[in-house]
Amino acid sequence: MTDKTANLANLDKEGLSLKSVSLWQITWRRLFKRKSALLGLGILIVLVFIALTAQWISPYDPYQVLIGIEDVDMRQAPCIHLLGCPKDQPQHIMGIDGNVRDQFSRLLYGTRLSLMVGLTTVSFAIIIGTILGALSGYFGGWVDNTIMRVMDVLLAFPSLLLAIAIVTVLGPGLINALLAIGIVSIPAYARVVRSSVLSVREMDYVSATRALGGNNFDILFKRIMPNALTPLIVQGTLGIATAILDAAALSFLGLGAQPPTPEWGQMLSAERNQVFTAPHLVFYPGFAIMTTVLAFNLLGDGLRDALDPRLAHTSK
Amino acid sequence: METKTLKAKSSSSKMDLVRVKHLTKYFPVRSGLFQRVVANVQAVDDISFNIKEGETLSLVGESGCGKTTVGRTMLRLIEPTSGSVFFDNQDIFSLHGAELKAMRRHMQIIFQDPYASLDPRVPIGDSVMEGLTLHKIGVPQERFDMMVDVLHKVGLETYHARRYPHEFSGGQRQRIGIARALALQPRFIICDEPVSALDVSIQSQVLNILKDLQQEFGLTYLFIAHNLSVVEHISDRVAVMYLGKMVELANRETLFSDPLHPYTKALLTAIPIADPHLRRERTILKGDVPSPINPPSGCRFHPRCPIAVEQCSQQEPEFRELKPNHWAACWRAE
Repeated sequence: MTDKTANLANLDKEGLSLKSVSLWQITWRRLFKRKSALLGLGILIVLVFIALTAQWISPYDPYQVLIGIEDVDMRQAPCIHLLGCPKDQPQHIMGIDGNVRDQFSRLLYGTRLSLMVGLTTVSFAIIIGTILGALSGYFGGWVDNTIMRVMDVLLAFPSLLLAIAIVTVLGPGLINALLAIGIVSIPAYARVVRSSVLSVREMDYVSATRALGGNNFDILFKRIMPNALTPLIVQGTLGIATAILDAAALSFLGLGAQPPTPEWGQMLSAERNQVFTAPHLVFYPGFAIMTTVLAFNLLGDGLRDALDPRLAHTSK
Repeated sequence: METKTLKAKSSSSKMDLVRVKHLTKYFPVRSGLFQRVVANVQAVDDISFNIKEGETLSLVGESGCGKTTVGRTMLRLIEPTSGSVFFDNQDIFSLHGAELKAMRRHMQIIFQDPYASLDPRVPIGDSVMEGLTLHKIGVPQERFDMMVDVLHKVGLETYHARRYPHEFSGGQRQRIGIARALALQPRFIICDEPVSALDVSIQSQVLNILKDLQQEFGLTYLFIAHNLSVVEHISDRVAVMYLGKMVELANRETLFSDPLHPYTKALLTAIPIADPHLRRERTILKGDVPSPINPPSGCRFHPRCPIAVEQCSQQEPEFRELKPNHWAACWRAE
């Protein structure tokens, strides 16, 4: 008997050092095995770094008109010293825009704006969408019907068109554009959350919590939500890409960010007629939008694979 | 005076802990634009039985006969259509809010599927402690100690507490499920096919744990199963269900040696024998189980019954006590 307890105590001590792996850790490990997801994550880290340090790494003030300060022309082609541009000329990596401002600095500041647009609209949409979807899926009945019919109405319109309509009503401007994009993307999240709540709700561990004495609040927030949110991570990551694209589109149409704000879509729009005379002014903002959207899409796809429940028991 | 106390004592030792009266659960089938109820799935139809304190009552029947619905309705995991369930003389279906929560401490459930019954994102120690936390029993340190205690009871170690469900085997998970049910020190546990998802070698291990725990804590079990060998091993009394109705209820020995209902007889001849040379005369039932949406008239078993007469298709047989403590619902049985 004493032998056994001693043994147990020993096991206990060993046990404390034994490592236990949670589902999140497994997901991380799987994510790191995917090259495309890592590429997306890498680009994203660079973008976040740029956004955070834009004011220190950009060579010029993005709003400053350089007439009279430097000897540069409107829409001047890029001048990079390393690539043979004469040293006596001021260096502008991406050239000068139509208002004689440094394109490179504007692009860096645009990163900050685009990431902010993506994160705020998607967080807004996720918060509202999750609440609506969770209520809808958990309570069912008329609650479900009412909420989902409203979502169906929102989904019936093409998202950009609806966003344009909302901005037209609210008036053009970056904040209104964000709001519009946020509202337009709510249904997608509500549906995703609803469907996963519906499937998780029937699991035995939810019944177990009820049998143990948990109320609706305990069940919904401690049991169902943590297990229903994984598809939302994927949807959210991909949604950021769409939101950035939509915001750029709204700005391009003159309904989003207003000049002189350094926003990529707005920069594209301002120089769209000079595609052939000054291609660098259109190429760089376009490329920036593409890279950012691509990064989020790569990461989202990687996350989707890493979070796939069908793989949960096989590879670690 | 003395005889009176004696009587009280003997009656209390055989007290009915759980009384189920006319329990009925219909699941509505809705269809059409306005989601009108077009039919009802009669999962459980007017079932009554008692469970004595400290005994194991088994509920057997084939898939879809409503066994699980009975169990879940008794715990109010599913709301009943009508009927009542008394636990310790308290009507469970009339309880609300805090009263119901307090009652849940005494009644617990062990689920069939050990892979679906544990939250994959929560370390199993927290799952086992969940009931204690929900009922705010003790301080965190005390809860932890109680949890470790229960884990040891089901043969797990302290270091298992911080592991996640996917790191355990099916049998271990089922023991964790038992530990979770046990943590609140309930008096009554519904075992919903607790071993049917396990290997045969693990089944006996889990069954023995259940038996040991019953002796140690004086637990009362409602054991839902379809494996009659398992039922014979663990139960005191056995109830047989067919298509939402109870067809026979008797002591284990009586039911296995002298079944009255033709359905029970057919079930018993279906138990496999471990010797391939021995052949038993089998009663093979014709056809499939009818749909519970539209059950047969009269006795629900009559289309498949080998001894059915005309009366069976017209009148529903009453569930009556044909012999002392031996109940059955059949016109032909006596």
